[in-house]
Amino acid sequence: MTAADGQRLPWLSIALVSATALAYEVLLMRLFSIIQWHHFAYMMISLALLGYGVSGAFLLLLQGQLLRRFATSYLTNLALFGVSSVGCFLLAQQIPFNAEEVLWDPRQPVWLLCTYLLLAVPFFFAANAIGLALIYYRERLSRIYAADLLGAGFGSIAILVLLFVVLPLQALTVLGLAGITAALLGVLELRKAGTAAWLLVLLAVALLLLPPRWMTLEMSPYKGLNETLRVKDTRMVAQRSSPLGLLSVVESPTIPLRHAPGLSLNATTEPPPQLGVFTDGDGLSVINRYQGDLQTLAYLDQMTSALPYHLRPVKRGLILGAGGGTDVLQALYHHTSSVDAVELNPQFARLVSSDYADYAGHLYQTAGVTLHLGEARSFVTGSSGDYDLIQVSLLDSFSASASGQYALSENHLYTTEALGEFLGKLSAGGFLSITRWIKLPPRDTLKLFATAIDALRASGVTDPGQQLILIRGWQTSTLLVKNGSITAQELQQLRSFCAARSFDLAWYPGIRPGESNHYNRLREDWFRDGAVALLGEQRERFLEDYKFNLNPSTDDQPYFFHFFKWRTLLEVLQLRERGGAALTDAGYLVLVATLVQAVIASLLLILLPIWIHQRRSRSVQQTVRGSMVVGYFLLLGLSFLFIEIAFIQKFLLFLHHPLYAIAVVLSSFLVFSGLGSAWSGRVSPEARGKRLLQAVSAIVLLGTVYLLSLDGLLGHLTDLPELARILISASLIAPLAFCMGMPFPLGLARLADHAPDLIPWAWAINGCASVISAVLATLLAIHLGFATVIAVALALYALTLWVFPTPCRP
Amino acid sequence: MLYRHPLLQGCILLLLSLSSALADDGYTQARQQLIQEITQDVQDTSLYLDKETLDPRVMAAMAKVPRHEFVPAGQRDHAYENRPLPIGYGQTISQPYIVALMSDLIKPQPGDRVLELGTGSGYQAAILAELVAQVYSIEIIEELGKEAGERLARLGYDNVTLRIGDGYYGWEEHAPFDAIVVTAAASHVPPPLVAQLKPGGRMVIPVGSRFLTQQLVLVEKQADGQLLTRQILPVKFVPLTGEHN
Repeated sequence: MTAADGQRLPWLSIALVSATALAYEVLLMRLFSIIQWHHFAYMMISLALLGYGVSGAFLLLLQGQLLRRFATSYLTNLALFGVSSVGCFLLAQQIPFNAEEVLWDPRQPVWLLCTYLLLAVPFFFAANAIGLALIYYRERLSRIYAADLLGAGFGSIAILVLLFVVLPLQALTVLGLAGITAALLGVLELRKAGTAAWLLVLLAVALLLLPPRWMTLEMSPYKGLNETLRVKDTRMVAQRSSPLGLLSVVESPTIPLRHAPGLSLNATTEPPPQLGVFTDGDGLSVINRYQGDLQTLAYLDQMTSALPYHLRPVKRGLILGAGGGTDVLQALYHHTSSVDAVELNPQFARLVSSDYADYAGHLYQTAGVTLHLGEARSFVTGSSGDYDLIQVSLLDSFSASASGQYALSENHLYTTEALGEFLGKLSAGGFLSITRWIKLPPRDTLKLFATAIDALRASGVTDPGQQLILIRGWQTSTLLVKNGSITAQELQQLRSFCAARSFDLAWYPGIRPGESNHYNRLREDWFRDGAVALLGEQRERFLEDYKFNLNPSTDDQPYFFHFFKWRTLLEVLQLRERGGAALTDAGYLVLVATLVQAVIASLLLILLPIWIHQRRSRSVQQTVRGSMVVGYFLLLGLSFLFIEIAFIQKFLLFLHHPLYAIAVVLSSFLVFSGLGSAWSGRVSPEARGKRLLQAVSAIVLLGTVYLLSLDGLLGHLTDLPELARILISASLIAPLAFCMGMPFPLGLARLADHAPDLIPWAWAINGCASVISAVLATLLAIHLGFATVIAVALALYALTLWVFPTPCRP
Repeated sequence: MLYRHPLLQGCILLLLSLSSALADDGYTQARQQLIQEITQDVQDTSLYLDKETLDPRVMAAMAKVPRHEFVPAGQRDHAYENRPLPIGYGQTISQPYIVALMSDLIKPQPGDRVLELGTGSGYQAAILAELVAQVYSIEIIEELGKEAGERLARLGYDNVTLRIGDGYYGWEEHAPFDAIVVTAAASHVPPPLVAQLKPGGRMVIPVGSRFLTQQLVLVEKQADGQLLTRQILPVKFVPLTGEHN
């Protein structure tokens, strides 16, 4: 019997703090993507989650003192979580970290370290509260853990809803208040009402009264939005926020924006007045002022992306990533009578179709133009097809793309399977057109070319070169993939289009040496040479020798922007000050650096406290082997997230929207795991081993079945209505997640039976493993694919059977 | 070319150091060190620049212009490191190596009239002022423009004329220009700028972010008005070796 037996469990406060901590993690990612850049945000927040590991180590060493005053310790940690979640972010954004100076300035890594140490503080307090409850109520810990998981499941949906309703910084206040509310609930649950409750109310009021100048986002001065706002008379006229991004609409009446990337040097017309739309303070796209006069859009005929309109009449066009509508206008300019425009972000679409409809000339209400809200790939899958042109818009900014910021982002538009699907939806003789930024040496352009070759071959084309055209200006390249062979007449049109605009030919069937590299001269014609090599017999050797990774991405490894090769790194770093810094593929390095730091910190957080703990309690005989505790909880921490992350990807295309995928998959896993955890508590101590065997067997069996058949099954059901797809997803995840919820509380319960003082250590190991797992899953997926991530996770689950903590024999 | 001869290069460097030593501002040694670094970098990158060395006049200007005067007080210790530095207002002073390359690419002649878009700290304008007859510079950010104007005047660069405002339409009153240097990010080359470039003139544009120059684009206007660009990777880096065609 423990002091806690018979006491009411504080499950509401546990669930709320867990929900808030998960929501806080998602919110931090949002906030740092806005004030910094996505890839460094990823590193900061991943490592900040080590706060969970620190908490376990802290509890291992101080559990005696803290448990003696459980209520005070528990409530204090809850309150500190609430306060620090706001305070630490506000402090962290004052740290002058500048991602772009990392290669130059030795102080930057120190600033980075300070940032994630500061951000780890709230997670430390949240983990302390949950960890303390797990130890204190160890006889009923499966229910505490269930509350933790159920709360997190709720939090994963709540934060997405919250981010649609309020601005990110307002969401921060809400989460701070939620943290304090969790403490208040704890006060009620533990029956400690009195001074503590009043103190918490005061804290909440103080949080609401923070000076407005503290509650502002300090965006990096080097982000496009900030740079633009420095221009005279430029002002932000609207902001829209959602989990998909913070959209800032900018008006610059005195000095117009004139955004026209890829415009021919021969162009004599300039863009019409434009409103700038920045996503997360960067990645400018525009809404063109359009009053029905197509001549004001003449500049759109001077882009590389205008090529397909000159090769054949386009009656029916599909624009993927319509955004501000520039590509839709380009289609209208070229007399396309029917345009399907697909946009993922409803807020962006509303800016054009509603808020600035007059400015945009009611573009999305124009006869022949149909706006579709949704994920582009899924739209294509469900469409009837027969398009004369499918155009994938150039959505990412050059600097973000060139510095490797997207290396960690999955992209399902540029995979071999995606291009294959697009081709299948073209009319006979129709074109797929994809425009990319020119980077030197070539990366995206050639990788896309290689992907198109694979897609054509996969659809049975024996000579893909006959169906491909690649042109380039000084800023952009456009790849055309035709559903059919390119005709002599089209080649003639191609030549005259390029000659009139000083664009270079990089590939067309029958291209001759000397025909390329004429207007935009490179010392070596990497684009043409690359295209020729990729179509030739030496393709594999070319891909092997090329200093960047040009292997086509697939749905299983959807990392189109992963160009990094290790053997290039040293050379690039040596050339750092001689212009080579720009060749560093930062995203991948950030991932590896995150993993290395997480592993080192985890080793310290796992080994150091147990060493101190054992020195202190030498007289106590060890009842459970430490290696088993490490092995068991490490394997569980790794495998749980491996499966969760891989399944988000598996369901992404099925659920037709990344947010649905995250919300449905994450909450299903957490909620059903929570139920599994609660159910595992009903087992007698003797039957725990047997229950684990059943749970793990079911996980491996179900996981294997899903691994082999899920893609096929989901493919057949993809046309079902939205609600049906959500319910099917949750139903498929439910049994797997239910079983996955059991091993952790079963292991903790075994520790509670034989070595209760090691429960916080298990908590630390699990916390560290979760951080490593998230990073490692991405790394594995980049190199081996998500199917491998699932297979590895199942193998790790199976291994837990061998290391289930058992008492040492006397 | 005679100026590529190593002996002559040595003499030029010696002369540069002597002339700089005469006007020692406490940074002479650091500046010389920087010049040597740039010289070495250019030799290493010669494959892509099509030359072993930069124009000696450009190097002389680089050796003369006090970069520490163009950076904020807190950055002075780093003024002669071969890297970009923040100058406030979300702007940077470019990496000296890139400034030298850009100045060289426009082939500056003493009688030239050059337009610069994006004055920034004024450092590039000062280098150009050492090389050509007249520099016209346009800065879009008011505060930066005022500071740069005062700085250039204080340092005696009276052949730089500065204007705060929109650079898209160039500077019609002083057109045509022998060369145009675009130091600010550009989504495209403004058609009016192309029109204000003399036949035979050159325009250079860096592509990349504030701190990382990905490539330099050189626009050359032929005698017949035709436009050609050269895209220059400012680094000795071959993505591929061998024959794969």
